[in-house]
Amino acid sequence: MSEIFKALAEIVGENYVSYQPEELFFYSRDPGLLPANKPDFVVLPKTSVEVQEVIRLAKREKIPIVPMGAGLALTGLVIPLKGGIVVDMKRMNKIIEVNEKARYAVVEGGTSQGFLKSYLEKNYPRLRHSIPDAPPAATIASNVIIHGQGRLTQQYGFNSDMVCGLEVVLPSGEICNIGSSSISSDWFSKGAPLPDLSGLFLGWFGTTGIITKVGLKLYPKKKMRDVEIFVTDNENLVPDMVYEITHTEMIEDVLIFTQPLPMMFKDNHHVSFYLTGDTDEEIEFKRKMVWKALEGFIKSKDGGFMSIPPAMKGSLLEMPQTSASRLADVKRGGGFEYSGPIISVERYPECSRKLVEMSLKYDLAYSGMVRIIGRGHSMMFGFAFTFNRADADMMDRTKKALEEISYYVLDIGGVYWKPTVAEQKIAIEKMDSNTRHLMRMLKDILDPAGIMNPGNWEVY
Amino acid sequence: MDFDRESAKEEMLKIFRGEDSPVLHSCVTCYGCEEYCKRCNHPFYLITERRQEKGILTAPRAITRQWINIGEPLGKYRLGEVKERVLSFGFMPEFLDLVKGKLFEDVMPSYIFGQEFFCNVVYIHFASTAIIKERLPVIIDNFRKLEVKEVVCMHDECYGSFTSLAPAYGIEVPFKPIHYFEYLYNRLKELRSMIRPLNIKAAYQRPCSSRLSSDKHHFVRDIMELIGVDLVDRKYQDENALCCGDLFGMMFGYDLRNDVQKRNLDDMAENGAEYCFFNCPACQNALSEKVIKAGLKPLHIIDLCRMAIGEEPEMGV
Repeated sequence: MSEIFKALAEIVGENYVSYQPEELFFYSRDPGLLPANKPDFVVLPKTSVEVQEVIRLAKREKIPIVPMGAGLALTGLVIPLKGGIVVDMKRMNKIIEVNEKARYAVVEGGTSQGFLKSYLEKNYPRLRHSIPDAPPAATIASNVIIHGQGRLTQQYGFNSDMVCGLEVVLPSGEICNIGSSSISSDWFSKGAPLPDLSGLFLGWFGTTGIITKVGLKLYPKKKMRDVEIFVTDNENLVPDMVYEITHTEMIEDVLIFTQPLPMMFKDNHHVSFYLTGDTDEEIEFKRKMVWKALEGFIKSKDGGFMSIPPAMKGSLLEMPQTSASRLADVKRGGGFEYSGPIISVERYPECSRKLVEMSLKYDLAYSGMVRIIGRGHSMMFGFAFTFNRADADMMDRTKKALEEISYYVLDIGGVYWKPTVAEQKIAIEKMDSNTRHLMRMLKDILDPAGIMNPGNWEVY
Repeated sequence: MDFDRESAKEEMLKIFRGEDSPVLHSCVTCYGCEEYCKRCNHPFYLITERRQEKGILTAPRAITRQWINIGEPLGKYRLGEVKERVLSFGFMPEFLDLVKGKLFEDVMPSYIFGQEFFCNVVYIHFASTAIIKERLPVIIDNFRKLEVKEVVCMHDECYGSFTSLAPAYGIEVPFKPIHYFEYLYNRLKELRSMIRPLNIKAAYQRPCSSRLSSDKHHFVRDIMELIGVDLVDRKYQDENALCCGDLFGMMFGYDLRNDVQKRNLDDMAENGAEYCFFNCPACQNALSEKVIKAGLKPLHIIDLCRMAIGEEPEMGV
């Protein structure tokens, strides 16, 4: 052990490597429900070359290696299931380039969402990125690795669809550029017109390499932003409402929530959508288009626009929204976990009914949190439960409810988003055998020693 | 709705007889007819009863449900140091910030706030008198338990529930309701020496619920005279006032809400108002942004009165 420690210290400096139990304690868990497992070391590299040397060492010594952003996925993706070295990317937090006219940024692999947001606000007020509703410490690289979603997802798809290039350290130790940056100094594309190799890394949870740079598309930031909420008591109509809203092409983000508390939300489904504009006229034109698109539901009394109190509006317009952290403490114990499959919008009615059924069966407080992806091409339906961490029975009931939901969503055509290892296994079993074989071939080629985040996406 | 006098009479008779009428489908719940009827026959309560009997919804089901849920008593009320004379904030949290300073120092901190003291009159907008009949006696009983003698109602609906709706439904009210306009007027007279005329032009946004207590409407003008505010003469004032339109949006959609709001705000601006002052915090929430965009300053009447005695307005100008 001490030899490995010395070798790591030589690479990153003694201050940035540790095997102290109090530090390993934090790197052995995430804020979700899964059991902890201690790594042997944690390192914090500063450069791609340091990452490269750490990987080479791990490869030579056959030590598992787990890349980590802020560790906020909740589904155990950075819990070092087989020990080894956790590579905490936080020190690689530089914004390398912002190309204003081509609307993209290149950032290091540990750059946080909050840092990029504030950097753009200060230096490029007409540009924005698709910020997720995760805590601001969440990193850009880890968000695209898990196919995260954000404020621009209704317009432009998964945040990973907005990647325009990568720098990756392969399990072999080679530093590899993906996309236009492999040929050009400009990071305008992650693939096209070349073969798109970004798919070898996006969605793989660090099992095929460590992303050390991300090119990320930026988008016009309008001066004004507003939110409206359309409410219905009939879950069967929600897909039609989403269809009408997205058809207008007038909106930024569409979120849906359903929850029994506070009382004002009880028994209803809330389709919230965001409007942006550079002028009052622009935003009002868009508002009118969307209101008109939903007029039929108002006439039939199946839905209506709610009046949003000023305090609530302020909270809804936050980026990222902090309401999820308030939900996390409903049971006064800081516990929050959700299963968020990607699924067809048409499945909203049955998903929302299943959520209520599970909350009753397991006696849990719930919230359904939905984000529309693309123009209604799919949605992330978050089956969220809140629990008291000091209550083992409540935690157990939450686990059981989420397990049951895991099987359910697969049965009705959903695909897991940022799945736990157990869900990955279920998905792999259900997967077309040729697809599974292709995944296995790719893994064997890229990481023959199986050192990269082992336990995840194990296709054997 | 557009009826001449005779056909309006005929429609009311049809409603009285329990027959269907276009009124039951078209009434936008502005409460205006409660003021126009000088014989206190409560035409709007009758329309509301008939709508409920016939299942004619005014608002989308989900919106009605939401409002009923909001008013559900949950044991989370707040009491100040309740005395025989108490201020009722109903369930409007804005009053927790607005009500302060010299104007209220002879009553405060004697106040009550919460769903347990929420009059529930708003449900006549939603054709749901059943929920009022169920909750209002409990609410009144909650006041009774506090042994209060005089309740200064900070909202028209609260005052209207005790002076108009409860008597109309035969519910006894065991205390004396006082409209806060009357309270403000008397208090300002007591503080007359402190008043420095504001010398501003203002328009009053009259809320729908003030139609339930139209006998107190004159206090608006009386108060403005006391504090040196020139109440601009405009088309949509007094009996001809337009409401904030917020509920119109929920119930009927974009066009009615925007038409009402635009006509109203244009009227204020065209007649030279610099300020738009509100009586109802819900109207203020609904219209403030648009008032500012129309070039006026939105303010609650309490803040306006506080400014006149040299205090800072709480909710900003």
